[in-house]
Amino acid sequence: MAVCRKDLRVEFRTRYAYSALLMFAVTVMVTVSFTVGGFLPDSGVAAALLWIILFFSAMAGLPRIFAQEEEKGTAAALRMAAAPETVLMGKYMYNAVLLFSLAVLLVPLFFVLLNQSVLLPGLFLAVLLLGLLGLAAVSTVLAAIVAKAEAKGLLMAVLSFPVLLPLLLTAVKATHNCLAGSREGVAASMLLLFCYDGVILAASFLLFAYIWDD
Amino acid sequence: MAAKIILGIWLAAVIIASFVYMSSTQGLGETGRIIIYHVPAAWIAVLAYLMATVNSLGYLRRHAIRLDRKAKVSAELGTVFCLLATVTGAIWSKAAWGLYWNWDPRQTSIVVLLLVYGAYFALRSSIADEDRRARLSAVYAIFAFLTVPFLVFIVPRVYFSLHPDLINIKERSFAMDRKMLVVFFSSLLGFTGLYAWLYNIRLRLEKLLHRAETRGEKHR
Repeated sequence: MAVCRKDLRVEFRTRYAYSALLMFAVTVMVTVSFTVGGFLPDSGVAAALLWIILFFSAMAGLPRIFAQEEEKGTAAALRMAAAPETVLMGKYMYNAVLLFSLAVLLVPLFFVLLNQSVLLPGLFLAVLLLGLLGLAAVSTVLAAIVAKAEAKGLLMAVLSFPVLLPLLLTAVKATHNCLAGSREGVAASMLLLFCYDGVILAASFLLFAYIWDD
Repeated sequence: MAAKIILGIWLAAVIIASFVYMSSTQGLGETGRIIIYHVPAAWIAVLAYLMATVNSLGYLRRHAIRLDRKAKVSAELGTVFCLLATVTGAIWSKAAWGLYWNWDPRQTSIVVLLLVYGAYFALRSSIADEDRRARLSAVYAIFAFLTVPFLVFIVPRVYFSLHPDLINIKERSFAMDRKMLVVFFSSLLGFTGLYAWLYNIRLRLEKLLHRAETRGEKHR
């Protein structure tokens, strides 16, 4: 909890990370909308585009969380101050908050720019929530790995994509159903997302100490 | 040495038998003969990736660098066999479905496997420190392996697949006659032997390289 608050405070003082992340997401969104142009994508394509935008925004914005500790040399202090599990929990909460606040701005923009409407708003929000929780979990733990390697920016997307693929496939399908208003299979998809999030989080807590302690 | 010769003769016999001894398959026709190579390659790929994961877990528990070497060699061989399975699958797909590639769920999941281990090697090559490399790549291998059940078992059920199933669970039967079964299991055995042989050679080479490196450091 304290780790999350510390990160939020650091972020609030500078704000450049959040504004850069937001601008990145908006740029991607506008590019997509612009290149799609006059043709209105159907809900299947739109659902895929939404998750592609969210995926790349997460890849661009979330690896900073551990990289900055290593760069500023504060990682050692953090290692002494808190247990690995506490650090992971804090970082995870911070990433989840960052991703949610991004989605709050991005998703309405998505509906406006891509001319979409959602027929099952409640289920859509639930799918989005579960998907983002998983996205934050995978990004957090892989960011910790990437922070210790070279070629950080490139490696993050390469490492994350295969791990995230089950989540992305399921989320895109469920989002498509929610947009189109068909309840069929959404519950199963949500259960799948829930299990995936649980498995990734449990594995993160078990394995994080091996990444974090040098 | 003797094992190597026996293995060579065994695999040559399997190849000849797959064309001469075995009759063409029901349903799949002459193209079905590829099953003798395609399925064992996929089987070895899964086995090798499983070995890589087990050794990665072992490394995290015991911190022995030899386990990291085993994980690396297994992942390498797994990728070679995975590529073979992908290519033979694509060739068969061209003959049977008219397209080399159509994102059938099986094709999707095998590509994800290749991406996972591509990423694994990318991660390995970007960390210079031996111990750190071993630790982080082990963690990544375990994470990647956790997604395999989601892909292998869930994706083909969510998306419609044209891939033929070897074992029909509902009817409790094999889609192969007895001659074919004999050749198939001989091939499976031969491929497993081939894997064991390659694995030993690669591991010995890695050991020698490692020894040469550490000795070089001592002399400097």
